[in-house]
Amino acid sequence: MAWRDSRHNRSRLFLFISSIILGIAALVATLSFGNNLRDAIDDQAKALVGADLVIRGNKYVPPPIRKLLDSLPNRHSEECSFASMVYFTKSQGTRLVQVRALDGDYPFYGSLETTPISAGRSFRGGRQALVDKTLMLQYGAQVGDSIKIGECTFAIAGVLNKAPGRNEISTTVAPPVYIPFQYLAKTRLLEKGSRVEYQLYYQYDPGADMEKFAGTIRPRLEKSRLDEETVESRKKRMSRAFGDFTQFLTLISFIALLLGCIGVASAVHIYIREKIPAIAILRCLGVKARQAFLIYLIQVAGIGLIGSVIGSALGLAVQQVLPAVLKDLLPLEARMGISWWAVGQGITVGLIVSVLFALLPLLSIRSISPLYTLRLSVDNSRRAPDALKGVVYAAILFFIALFSFRQMHSWDKALVFTGSIFGAFVLLAAVGWLLMWVVRRLFPASWNYLWRQGFANLYRPNNQTLILIITIGLGTTFIGTLYFVRDMLIDRVTISAAGNQGNMVLFDIQTDQQSAVLDLLKQNQLPVLQQTPIVTMRMAEINGRTPEQAERERDSTGRAGVPPDRTGAPPDRRGSSPERDDASSNRPGPPPERAFESELRVTYRDSLAASEKIVAGKFGGGGNAHPGGSAGSSGASPNFGSAGNPVPISLEEEYARRLHVTIGDRIVFNVQGVLITTVVGSLRQVDWRRIQTNFRILFPSGVLESAPQFHVLVTRVPSPEVSARFQQAVVRNFSNISVIDLGLVLSVLDEILDKIGFVIRFMAAFSMLTGLVVLIASVLISKYQRIQEAVLLRTLGASRRQILVITALEYFFLGALAAATGILLSLAGSQALATFSFESSFSPHWGLVALLFVLVCGLTILIGLYNSRSVLNKPPLEILRSEV
Amino acid sequence: METILTIRNVSKTYQGAGRSLNVLDNINFSVEAGETLAIVGPSGSGKTTLLGLSAGLDRSTTGTVELNSISLDGLNEDERASIRNRYVGFIFQNFQLLPTLTALENVMVPLELRGEKNIRARSKELMDKVGLSDRLHHYPAQLSGGEQQRVSLARAFSNNPRILFADEPTGNLDAETSEKVVKLLFDLNREAGTTLIIVTHNAELADRTQRIIRIKGGHIVADEKR
Repeated sequence: MAWRDSRHNRSRLFLFISSIILGIAALVATLSFGNNLRDAIDDQAKALVGADLVIRGNKYVPPPIRKLLDSLPNRHSEECSFASMVYFTKSQGTRLVQVRALDGDYPFYGSLETTPISAGRSFRGGRQALVDKTLMLQYGAQVGDSIKIGECTFAIAGVLNKAPGRNEISTTVAPPVYIPFQYLAKTRLLEKGSRVEYQLYYQYDPGADMEKFAGTIRPRLEKSRLDEETVESRKKRMSRAFGDFTQFLTLISFIALLLGCIGVASAVHIYIREKIPAIAILRCLGVKARQAFLIYLIQVAGIGLIGSVIGSALGLAVQQVLPAVLKDLLPLEARMGISWWAVGQGITVGLIVSVLFALLPLLSIRSISPLYTLRLSVDNSRRAPDALKGVVYAAILFFIALFSFRQMHSWDKALVFTGSIFGAFVLLAAVGWLLMWVVRRLFPASWNYLWRQGFANLYRPNNQTLILIITIGLGTTFIGTLYFVRDMLIDRVTISAAGNQGNMVLFDIQTDQQSAVLDLLKQNQLPVLQQTPIVTMRMAEINGRTPEQAERERDSTGRAGVPPDRTGAPPDRRGSSPERDDASSNRPGPPPERAFESELRVTYRDSLAASEKIVAGKFGGGGNAHPGGSAGSSGASPNFGSAGNPVPISLEEEYARRLHVTIGDRIVFNVQGVLITTVVGSLRQVDWRRIQTNFRILFPSGVLESAPQFHVLVTRVPSPEVSARFQQAVVRNFSNISVIDLGLVLSVLDEILDKIGFVIRFMAAFSMLTGLVVLIASVLISKYQRIQEAVLLRTLGASRRQILVITALEYFFLGALAAATGILLSLAGSQALATFSFESSFSPHWGLVALLFVLVCGLTILIGLYNSRSVLNKPPLEILRSEV
Repeated sequence: METILTIRNVSKTYQGAGRSLNVLDNINFSVEAGETLAIVGPSGSGKTTLLGLSAGLDRSTTGTVELNSISLDGLNEDERASIRNRYVGFIFQNFQLLPTLTALENVMVPLELRGEKNIRARSKELMDKVGLSDRLHHYPAQLSGGEQQRVSLARAFSNNPRILFADEPTGNLDAETSEKVVKLLFDLNREAGTTLIIVTHNAELADRTQRIIRIKGGHIVADEKR
């Protein structure tokens, strides 16, 4: 019966269900892509790491650890990497690169992909280098040309196309240049204070249990501040990172599917309205309400299944495109096979959501009276609300929450996601109802007929106002939010080229090079915008706790966080008296492990920078009266390391929060062997977006002046030509100094954001297309409903222009209201993201807002008018015969 | 007397499913202004097609149609619509009221499409004439079949048409209501001096007109003036 009944309207019903096809396609594409990516990570993890075990640190691996690592039979390779300038002798170009001095046969798995192929191995035999392909292109270099790194010149042995575990983007800011390890010393770039990373690559016998081995040596490595990576840990890290990304894309797809489902609900609603006479006849003939309901449920489920299968097939085709779209972001080659798990999931989800959403209108079948056969308008107004509808709504929300939870693995996030979607639905539905109510009740009867008819269409029987407001509104919300967030991200990294903002930074200037660098700047007529000394140090104690004590405390409390506060105040509000002498009394919780791990770069000065603002305490800059220090003084200078009162330092407020310290707390720093006791005197807010050197820890002047230090200098170059000329001069004269051209970095960041934005837009396009399909389907449905009316108006003498105006007005108001609501929602969403996620301000680009509004309105009107075209050009009788 | 409608050598052929269907073949007749005329014939004889061609709702395959001395053949859809709006009124078997407009607003539509002002009073007057002054603000769904057809009558006369086409005006009504509607139709027609062309199966209704054209198989088989 279900099959026979659908015969007449099957194509129309399929048109309705087609709105879920794109959503399912997007969902299957991302799910299948995620599965294939996981498989690729599993397959290629070894080649990505290039070794069984990698040890990393910013110092040579000490002999006892080496002995430990060599306790199993192995082959190993050593690498030392650091940022430096490279000079292309032929083109005289210079550029910041990542120099990787390599010893041994690394990679043991996979290869350095080079042109010629043999160069990946042969460069190690002489004074030769492998140069990243983008650099080769940028400077027009050829194999055989020479480059200069520090004091040493190398012949280019080959073009480096790909190195293990590196993607296009990771190599863009500082592209890699490989040189043989034995020539590292000849570059004379490794001096005290240089920021270098050492890596040891190990290949063990195939039977070795690397996880167990890594677990055994981990504590020793941690003590020596070394990191280790195995194939398994890389797998986990990559799976997590790409899992997050594919989950994000899956959620975008899910929104597309939900948009489609609204289309389904609307379509089935109209379908059932058309079927009322047939259902009433069936009821007269003795069909029970439940049987009538089942007939149409089977129809919808059948079409939903077909839609899901077609969507899945389309999704499998789309996923073939994703690797090409994402190729610059992926460090591995993902082969796209059919993931039957993703297909099964897509079909199941498609079937469930299409039935769930269709149930809302389908439930009304149970209340269709046989009386409809006698009279079309049967009064249902006194019927009690259907409790089952409430159950269906709850089931829909539960399903959305469940699906989101499966993607996000957090009920909090899943509920926020579901709540946001539900909130947006409710708000848009409310706007739709309000629009209909206002137009029905308050529209002036004295207005021109065309306006009245255009508005009347908004609340006419079988109108599409609600569905169109929701679909157009949600689509607009989604697209608007994506664009605003993208703009926000770009704003966060965009540095104004106007004014006197710096656009070039010189690093690693040694104290004895300072005056010569300043002279060079002067010769090139470049300003010194900022000159900052940097002292490297580590934390030795926080509030009397050494790293070992802190670790013991963390172990005893079982967590790295803050123990319960006796005052009940949150950690960042915890009271701490500046006068407190005994740091161990009323002690806050142990500092996190990472507080002691990293090497800190600290500056000193007697005033605040423009990017800083004191938010608590008092900044004690400019004092020589704080000769803080403690035992172990090397006696380097009168102020550095001498005993006395603790030095009042200033911490960036967020950093202080992470350390669990506040005003009055004491921190002892190990400044390259000298311990300096400090007290947190103030907390600062720092605008990290300002182009200047910003610091989490700020010392007053008069303490660190004689400590070993290097300097950073910020200048502004007026043009790329001057930038290139100046960089060449710096490289020629000071081989250890690195120059970062921020213009280049920004263009790279822009490119990265563009690529990520493209991926997001690519997936969001499914939502837009779904919205478009739902819009077209909705308008088509309404077209079937209103064709009689348009023909009647034509019969009564309405001109083409009058029909056009009526249609355009209706769709303009629908589009305008939906777009306005959608934009408002996206602005609110973006503001919330700016406040809670990005912790930045949000100022929308009003031009973009206006463009979005005009585009959405224009598109809505266009589709509306396009669907009305047959009424405009053909004789009324012909249309009645062919379309009704 | 002035001729209001001239049908000359009109044929209508529909193409479909690989074959053509000749619905009307070489039809010729003319109608004088103020005349009342019934087109009768069995189902499928081409009555409604002839009405549609006469009112400019469709185009003939061959031949010419002149309405109020204007040839409809060379006119585009907008020009035909304008002719209909100025000179033609319609009554349909299934009433064809706009469901989103009230009864009064439905009556006002032809005048509003014409861009006329101050039409409310005239429309109310017509609603009063058809006995529905207490139903002005009801929507079609709130009216009975007879009431809907009376609104349809009021609308048909609202633009002071020169010619009124009625397609089975009593087809959806019971006998009693039919009688009332027919009486109203002829009364209003007499009062306005409008030409009336009715397509009907109803012999009684046809007998009330001055002339009956009988049509069968797409041909006029009789043209009886009484």
